[in-house]
Parts: sequence; C-alpha cells; structure tokens
Amino acid sequence: MSADIDNPAASAPADAEEVQANEAVSPSSKLAEFSAEEALELESGVKLAPWQIAFETYGTLNADKSNAVVVCHALTGDQYVASDNPVTGKPGWWSLMVGPGKPIDTNHYFVICSNVLGGCLGTTGPATINPDTGKPYGVDFPVVTIRDIVRAQARLVDYLGIDTLFAVIGGSMGGMQVLQWAASYPERVFSAVPIAAAARHTSQNIAFHEVGRQAIMADPNWLGGHYIEHDVRPTKGLAIARMAAHVTYMSDESLHQKFGRNLQDRENLTFGFDADFQIESYLRHQGMTFVDRFDANSYLYVTRAMDYFDLAREFGSVTNAFKDTNTRFCIMSFTSDWLFPTSESRSVVKALNAAAANVSFVEIECDRGHDSFLLDVPEMFDTIRGFVTGAARARGLPAPGEEISTTDS
Amino acid sequence: MNLAPIQTKPGQVRGDHSVVASLVPQGARVLDIGSEDGALLDLLVRERQVDGRGIELSQEGVNRCVARGLSVIQGDADTDLSDYPDQAFDVAILSQTLQATRAPKEVMSELLRIGKQVIVSIPNFAHWRNRAQVVFRGRMPVTKYLPYEWYDTPNIHFCSLRDFVDLCRELDATVEKAVALSGKGNKIPINAPWWVWNIVAEQAVFLLKR
Repeated sequence: MSADIDNPAASAPADAEEVQANEAVSPSSKLAEFSAEEALELESGVKLAPWQIAFETYGTLNADKSNAVVVCHALTGDQYVASDNPVTGKPGWWSLMVGPGKPIDTNHYFVICSNVLGGCLGTTGPATINPDTGKPYGVDFPVVTIRDIVRAQARLVDYLGIDTLFAVIGGSMGGMQVLQWAASYPERVFSAVPIAAAARHTSQNIAFHEVGRQAIMADPNWLGGHYIEHDVRPTKGLAIARMAAHVTYMSDESLHQKFGRNLQDRENLTFGFDADFQIESYLRHQGMTFVDRFDANSYLYVTRAMDYFDLAREFGSVTNAFKDTNTRFCIMSFTSDWLFPTSESRSVVKALNAAAANVSFVEIECDRGHDSFLLDVPEMFDTIRGFVTGAARARGLPAPGEEISTTDS
Repeated sequence: MNLAPIQTKPGQVRGDHSVVASLVPQGARVLDIGSEDGALLDLLVRERQVDGRGIELSQEGVNRCVARGLSVIQGDADTDLSDYPDQAFDVAILSQTLQATRAPKEVMSELLRIGKQVIVSIPNFAHWRNRAQVVFRGRMPVTKYLPYEWYDTPNIHFCSLRDFVDLCRELDATVEKAVALSGKGNKIPINAPWWVWNIVAEQAVFLLKR
C-alpha cells in the first residue's frame, strides 16, 4: 500500500511499532470471535481454532439486508478503508472510493472491510498466541490461501446475519479475493469488481515476493520466525522487502516524472553509498515507515497467499470457476500496471465470456502503475459509480441520486 | 459507429434503434456488438428489460457505457465472438458494423452460432444516390449518410441489401423479418418487392435465425 506516495514526510506516531503489536492481538476495531468449537477449516487441512476476525463497518444495513458491500484490502492494507488507521493516524486507505457521496456511497450501502486472515491488525495471524504453546504462533501458524481468507470473510458475513452481498470489491490481492468470492459463493455475490487483479499470480510476481521473503528471513533478528517472544523485530529485512515490492507498484514513467535522476539534498554525487538520489531516499523512507505498521511474519503469510492463488488450479479452468454464474462483473485494469497487466484482466474477461457471464471490462489510461487503484483517478471513480448504480438498479435498490430524480438524463 | 452519427435530441430514440428494439423479446439475453456510447443497449435495458451485454471496439466508448451502468467490454467482432459458447444469447445484435469487419461472412457465422436469433442492421450500398454518384460522376459515393472518402473509410466491406440476403442464404439463415429504413432511420412505409427496396432504402434491419 503506498497511498502516501505524495506525502513521504508523513510519518507514524513515535510508538507506532508498539501500537501495531497491540492491535495485532487486541484490535481497537470491531471483532468477531469464534470459539474452539467453531474452527475455520483451511485449504491445507488445518482446522484453525479459536480464531477471530477484526473488521470495520460503514453506513447502515437496510431492513432486508440487501445493501451490504464487502471491500477486500490488498497485501498490506487493513480494515480501515474509510476511517483513520490507529497505527499510522492516517485517513482510510480508500477514503476516495468509500464514504458518504463517494462511488461506494455509505449513505446507501453498508460497507464491511475486515483484516485478512494471517494479517497483523487484529485478525488471527502469526502474531496471535498459539493456544497449544502459549506463545505467538510465528511460523507455526498454518499457511493460508486466498480461499481461506475469503472463507473467513464469509464466516464474518454469516456472523453479521447477511446472506447475499450486493457487491464485493477490491484491488490487487483484494481483487483476487473478489474473484474467489464470486467463484466460491456465486449465489452470495450479486456484483463483483476486481481491480488491477488476475486469476493467478504469475511467475514474475512470485519471484518478487520470494525476494522479499528471503530479505526478511536473512535478517538475524528474524530468529527462525520466533522473534516476537524474544522481543526483537527483523525490521531491516522487512524494510528491504518493502522497498523491492514498492518499485513493482509504480511505473517507470511515474518514477521518471517524480524523481528522474534528481539528487537528494545535495549538489553533487558523494562517491559513496549514501542515498544520493531522491528515489533512494524515497524508497528508504517507504521501507522505514512500513516496518512501524506491519509485522514481518504476516508479510511472509500474505505474500504466500497471493503466490498460491490460481483459480484454474482449483476449478480446472477459470471458465469453470464461473460456470453458470449470475454475478455481474466489472473488471478494471490500468495501462501502466506491469505487475497485474491488462492482459491478465483480459484473460479473466475471456474466461467469463466463455461462461456467458455478465461482464464489463474497462482499461483506464493512467501512468501511475499498479498503485493507480489507490490514487485519485477520476475515470476509475466514474466507472465504479456507474457500474454500482447499474447494479443497484438491477438489484432493485435505490441507487444514489435516484430518490431525487426519476427522469433519465 | 462507422457511419455519420444520426442526430437525435436528448431523450429521442433513433429510428433504427426503435426498429431493433421492437424485434427483441421482453427479458431476452442480448449481446449488442458495436455498442458505441450504449444508446441502443440502454434502450433495450429500459424498455425491453433485457439482460444485456455489449462489445465495443473503442475503449473510450466502453468506459462511457460502463459509467452509465451498462455491461460492456472492449472487443472486436472479428476476433472476440469465438469466446462465447453456442446459443449463449437469445438475441445477438450487430448494429451498423458488418461493413467495417474484416471477415463479414465469418462474423455472421459466429453470430448465428452464439445467438438463437440475430438482428443485423446494414447500410445499403446500392441505394440510388450511391448508384448515381458512381454512374454519373464516376466517383466512389460520399453522402451525408456515408460521409467517408474511399481512402479513409473504416467501411471495407459494403454490400447491397440483395448481396446480404444472398449471404444469409449461403449461411442457411432464414430472414424472418426485414425492415427498410431511410438514412434518418425512419421506416419506409411501402410494401414493395426486394429490387425496389434495394434502390430506395438507405439502410435495413434484418431478423435472422438458423
């Protein structure tokens, strides 16, 4: 997540690291707790119990519970989609998209966003205390998949007494969850909006993740994954992982425009290994601030979940995953996104067409790379607003603006 | 759209669109190929309550369609129809697009495969104004309705209404209904044999079945 790309000076509160560690186990957000008898069965065969899922909601659930929207966060996102993050103090990561009068209008829809399984802001993950040992799980936590993450969300939706979701929406890893929702629970998903996503993680994407994981595991403070109980953190490894990943979220064009070869607070090259260039300084800052808000083991788990994602593996083919679906899809990609390029979205569209599904596909011209979905991209907002309004009409929900005007413009 | 845009006032429905809409059953599953800005699809969704999807070549057109709540993807009639399963739609519509495809016969054949019924609207190249320009001026026709010069036209495969009917026969498609229209899209309210329509109609809408 790098919505702060334009504001590198913003920094977390001094005790952010401590706040994050507390939030990981006892979150300040809403919490659904499941007992030892209510295990979550994982794709690996492990039955996870007890477990909990931390979430936030916005707006009001209507009487027939038909206006619920699940927003799925990306790799290092969190449940604070439209409210201040307690660790960083920053506004919600998608507050341009979700809120009163926004494309996902919380005056009309009931928005649910939960922290992913394996995450570090309150949902059960590697920092959770393992009931068998009384110590944090660390790498003894079972490997989770996108399917497991979505299954946990479905349990939360059950817990909230909601049957069918009006929409499931998310970008990047969030988009993978959207596709998984539509494939696993077709009858529960009225409309689905996967943005800058794919039906599988490519070899190149797995490669970048592996570099990040190796950086974490090479940090002497990682301690075989059991650093929490020794009260240290592999911050250097995690920061390097973030720096490498961050490059993949931007485009050559945006780096060139923003930094070029500009030097950082100096007139000349220093003939050393200081951060001579602005881009170096920027990346170091991204790495340093990331470690305050994220747990290294969680990073291993969530990257792994993305790597394992491959709908064709689970269903035989992507078309099979969406056979007989009644869900309305809106697929979206960005021209400069080389991490989840348009070709990946287009292959999802082809598979949906082969299933004769109801699908819209929009490629948006934007030079900001993969992170475009988090940024202020008006064409994306217009598209989402239009798609959601069309879906609301099809669902028989009063769409934003419709109670005011009943005539067509 | 590869013809001169037919101007309508806001809220006004284009003549050829209302003819197409009259041929689409209520609640049908429809694929509209060449959706432009979504005017026809929007009409079908509102007035015929169809489960409608569209394919449009220009990304700009697609984005406009989706922003108005229509299900449209960017795609090409020549290459992307093969993605859909047999008989996937009750009605497949190809509106003023056939003449711009690279392989019209293959496109028609795909349409008849994916649609239980097919609606095609085409400009009539054998209209008397076009004939007159070729015969008397010795030039490729440029009219208000077909505004392009020969060197910059996207319309590469023109046919007459007669040619089109021959193609349908070759593809074993039955013409269930044919409506002749003026350039403005108004119905030509005469009962006439084919050769007359082939001269006076500027465009026509066909309902086909195989």
